[in-house]
Parts: sequence; structure tokens; C-alpha cells
Amino acid sequence: MAFRISRTGLLFALIGLAGLALPFVQFKPNRIVPGEGLRLFDALSLPLGWMIGLVLGAVLIAGCLERWPARLRLTVALLSVIAVTLALGAAATQLTPPDNTLARVSPSSGFWLLLLAFALMLADAQSRITLGLPIRLAMLIGAMVLIAVILGSGVLDGVSVMREYAARSDLFAREAAGHLVLAFGSLGLALLIGLPLGVAIYESPAMRRPVLGILNILQTIPSLALFGIMIPIFGWIAANIPGAAQAGVAGIGLFPALVALFLYSLLPVVSNTLTGLIGVNPATREAAAGLGMTRPQILVQVLIPLALPVLLAAIRIVLVQNIGLAVIAGLIGGGGFGTFVFQGLNQTAMDLVLLGALPTIALALVAGIALDLLVEATGGAPKGGQA
Amino acid sequence: MIEIQNLTRIYGTTAVVKDVSLTVETGQIAALVGTSGSGKTTLLRMINRLVEPSAGRVLIDGKDTAEIEPHLLRRQIGYAIQGHGLFPHRTVAQNISTVPRLLGWTQDQHRARVDELLELFQMEPADFRDRMPHELSGGQQQRVGVARALAARPDLLLMDEPFGALDPVIRAKAQQDLRDIQRQLGTTLIIVTHDMEEAVTLGDRIAVMDKGELLQYGPPSEILTTPATSFVSDLIGTGDRPFRLLSLTPVAEIIAEGQAEGAEIPREASLRDALAECLWSGRDRLPVEGGGIVTLDSLRAQAAPTARAAE
Repeated sequence: MAFRISRTGLLFALIGLAGLALPFVQFKPNRIVPGEGLRLFDALSLPLGWMIGLVLGAVLIAGCLERWPARLRLTVALLSVIAVTLALGAAATQLTPPDNTLARVSPSSGFWLLLLAFALMLADAQSRITLGLPIRLAMLIGAMVLIAVILGSGVLDGVSVMREYAARSDLFAREAAGHLVLAFGSLGLALLIGLPLGVAIYESPAMRRPVLGILNILQTIPSLALFGIMIPIFGWIAANIPGAAQAGVAGIGLFPALVALFLYSLLPVVSNTLTGLIGVNPATREAAAGLGMTRPQILVQVLIPLALPVLLAAIRIVLVQNIGLAVIAGLIGGGGFGTFVFQGLNQTAMDLVLLGALPTIALALVAGIALDLLVEATGGAPKGGQA
Repeated sequence: MIEIQNLTRIYGTTAVVKDVSLTVETGQIAALVGTSGSGKTTLLRMINRLVEPSAGRVLIDGKDTAEIEPHLLRRQIGYAIQGHGLFPHRTVAQNISTVPRLLGWTQDQHRARVDELLELFQMEPADFRDRMPHELSGGQQQRVGVARALAARPDLLLMDEPFGALDPVIRAKAQQDLRDIQRQLGTTLIIVTHDMEEAVTLGDRIAVMDKGELLQYGPPSEILTTPATSFVSDLIGTGDRPFRLLSLTPVAEIIAEGQAEGAEIPREASLRDALAECLWSGRDRLPVEGGGIVTLDSLRAQAAPTARAAE
């Protein structure tokens, strides 16, 4: 029986072993000064650090072998991700001197590499198993519950990012809500304007070039430049048009951030609406008209249901894009997780930057996966239906 | 009765349909034949106002179609097209019941109608009702397309190349079935085709169109024996002409007294079938079911246009 080496397994092992060799955490006397790096073996108390380190190392090396069943690989990778996370929490608890509120233990390159190695292994194993939609949905919910349980249990409370969180838990809830308002609000606005616009340029082909041209130009304006343009314009409007300021118009803050994200969302929504509608078999549309459906009936009963998978793909693109882009709103006082990122950058407090960045990444991942599942649920079944 | 009066359609500066007038009697089949670009599809689409006429009018049982809202007009007229145009996201039953639901029939009414139509088209309702269109064969999709067009019991059915996507064997069967169902329901049918064979097989009247103009409108035998222009004779194809002519008449019409050897042929078989049987079995006379014979000489006489003209 030949023991074949898995190339991906080898890559994961190299990443993970580098992680074991590099500092797992940074121990800092306070939140700003650079700290002292500690490897996993040194970060935890004597038998525990070596035990976890050796087990993880063994898993990584064993993962190089091709012969693992994918389900076993999936389970082991998941357990390893949990182990690495819990090790971080344990290291933070053990290293922080009691009654010292200034000292900080932050995750360092070793932790991130180990997490990356096992996350890749997890994703790789998952992609090799063909799982049904309900199971994958259950897995997504399970992962979210697991994260909530780990965070809620307090095992990570000693870690620097969680210390930053503890100091700002009220603010965090507010900025989280702000982030969601920015991402979903701009998506909602884009759908409200973009869907009818997409339908309109489908009905009148002459308008396609100019409309898509303008949206394309909007898309290429860098976000900072867009803010630069909007601040004086909206500032002027708020100051000079009665009622505008009361309605929320302002040069800085939530309003321009929402407008910027909305403008960036228009192109994907409009162009995907158009693509989806054009993709409907002309014979189907012809039949709908010939059977006596009115234009609104054709649109609602035939065109939109058939274009739905492409529309959902647009929603996915826009939502994931906007969750990421919404960080930039922090720069002009628009709220959202970007607030922590830019505060952290100003204070050179990387832990605070992470407090903004990590939930943003998690949110984008969850939104992306959830919408992928939705696209598959609506578009996967009737494929090949059109001759 | 469908009266098409001086119908014209102009796109830009070119007239794709020029001053066409023709009448289709109730319960008859009219076949619009022509090459692509002849204006036959545009003419058809002006009847249910998918295309608005530039000039002229269409009367259905004496009523001007321009006076009815287009979508309400279309709900009264069956419409089936090439590639069937079934809604891929709806089941067979939902597809068929499209027009009844637009007309506000009750659920019981349109369910019963779906089952009735599926049975008419020889598809077991319990088996086919809930299938999606992509789970059907090409021939089944085509039948569902026609069933959908007939769902609200229209008096007029328009078909644009309905058999265009079918292979020859299934097509012949589908044509026969359509003919039977049309006779049974008494529906007036206007069918667009580029295939003269199909027009001769199905049509009580054939309208030949070229470059937007109606060249000739008459029964198949007239089109075959006295084509109005060289274009019409080209479309018929001179090689097949005698056989097409023979295929129009059933054996029953030329039965003579006498006795003959060998297998009998049915009374409703066409003269073409009789000729083929004569040639194949090497006989010069065939016995007909129920008595009498057909002779090779009489078949030969029927195949020549002069004989027809003398009738």
C-alpha cells in the first residue's frame, strides 16, 4: 500500500509548522508598546503548551498523507481550529498577571498562521464532500453558534481584542448596528433604484450604453475621492436647501457614506438585472405576450422569476462588497466597524484595529456563504430547462 | 370567420406585409407559406396584435380586433410558437392553465381543463401534471405548448412553425394529431410554415406569400395544379408535384367497379398511398375495403393537372 503525499496537505503543514515556530502571542506591558513574542510551547504552562503543540504538529504532518477520508479530515481540522483558538485564550489568561489591567496579550503571526493552516484544511476537506443544501446551511448556523458559544464562555476574555471589546461593549453594539445599516441600507437603496433602472434599460436598448457607461465611471472613482466630492456638495445642500439637513443630508457622517455605498452598488445591480432579463429565452417572453399577459404580468410572473438567480448573484456581490467597503465610512464619521479600525490606526493600537476588522470579515463571510446557498437553492434546480 | 382586409405593416420605409386580404372560414385550416422574410409571421402576429398593423384591419366574426384591448384579444385567441415557449419555471399544469387563470377561472375549473387537455393529447394527467417542461421530450413539450394554446377553448388558434423543432417522424404524427383535434373541436386554425408539404397536409386553404405580398390563396389542389406565379411553382417543387396532388384525395373518391387480387387498402388511404402500393407490389389494380377497386390508370389520370382541371 503506497502512502501518497497530498500536495495541499503539504502546503497546509508548511504553513502550520511555520506557525508553531513563530511567536504565537505578543505579551505587551500596555496596549501601545511593541511586546515580546512567545511561541506556543512557551506561551502556555509547561505540559499543556507542549502537548497542544505536539498534537497540532502531528495533525499537520499526518495531514500530508492522501489516504484520509474527507469527513475525518473535516472533523480533525475543525477540532484543531477550536484547539488553536482555545490555546490563545488559555495563553492570554495564564500570561496576564493578576490585577494588571494594562498588560495585553495579542495574537501574533504564529497564531494567525496556525489558524490559516487549519482553516484551509477545513475548507479543502469541505470542498471534497458534496453535501446537500440543508446540511451546508446547518453547518453555517453551527459555525456561528460555535463562535458565539466560545466568545460567550469567556475563555477568550483575556485576549487583547476581547479586552478592547470589554472596554467598549456598548459602542460595539452601536457600531455593529451602524455597519449593518450601511451595508443593508445601501443594498436596499440600490435594489430600489437599480432594479427598475435595469428593467427600464432592458425595455429600451438605446438607453443601455449611456446608463451603463455612467455607472461604470461611478464605479471607478476611488472611495476617498468620492467622499472628497460629496463633502462640499452635500454640505452645501444641507446648509442652503430648507429641510435637507433635517432629512439627514450632511457633508460628513452616515448620509454621504450611505450614498457612496449606494452608488458603488448600482452598477452590479443594474447590469445583472439586465443580464438576467436578456438571458430569458425570447420564445418564453413571446409566448407570455401571445397568451395575453400584460407587461407587468410578463415582468412579475415570467421575467423576474427566470432572472432571479442572476439577481441574487448581484445581491451577493453587492452585499459582500458593501460589508467590506463600509469600513471606509469610519473615516468620515459614518459609523460602523470602520470607526474602531481608524481609531486603532490613529492610536497605533492594533488590537483596536482587529476589533473592527475581525467582525467585518466574519460578517462578509457569513453573508457570502448564506447568499451562495440561496442562489443555489433558487437557480440550481431547473438548469437546462431552456432549449 | 376571420377576415383580413388590406393589412399592411411598414417598418421604417420597407413594407414587410403589403395590402394582404384573405378570409378564413370558421373551422377551416389556413396555412401561410413562404420563405423566411416573406412576411408570413408578421401577418400572423398582426391577427393577435403582437404587431400593430400600419394599415388595414382584421375582423373576427365581424368584430374589428382594433376595438379590443390587445391583451384581452390575445386571451381569446390560442397562440403556439416554434420551440413551444413553455415557461421553464412552471409545471405542465401551470403552463397549460396560464390563460384560464388570466381569465379568472376557478381552481376546480382550470384543474379539470388541464386533465381534459392532457388526456386529449394522450398524456396521462397523473403522470404529467406536475412535471417541469425540461422533464419532457421534444414532442411532449410541443403538445403541451398546443394544449396551453387551446386551454381557454379559443375559437381561433394561431400557430407559428409549431412543428419546426421536431424530427420528421414525430412531426408527421403531431400533424395528424393536430388535424384530428382541430376537426374534433371545430377550431379555426391559421398556421405559419415554410414547408409546402406541411401546408398541403394540413391546409384547407394555402396562402403563398413572398416579399410581403400574397401571391396566391386557394385550396391545395389549386395551388398545386395552377400555381399563380413561378415563385409558387418553385415553392411547390416540380419533382414532387404529382405525389402531393395524389396525397390530397382519398381512395374512396375514385373507386371503380371490379375485382382485384391481393391485400385490400382502406377507403380513407390517399391516392398517393394507393400508387405506392401498386408500384411496390407490382399490381395494376388494388381491392378497396368494403368493395370496389382502384386502378393504376385512374391513379395516373389523377396525378396530372389536366384531369383535375376538367372536373
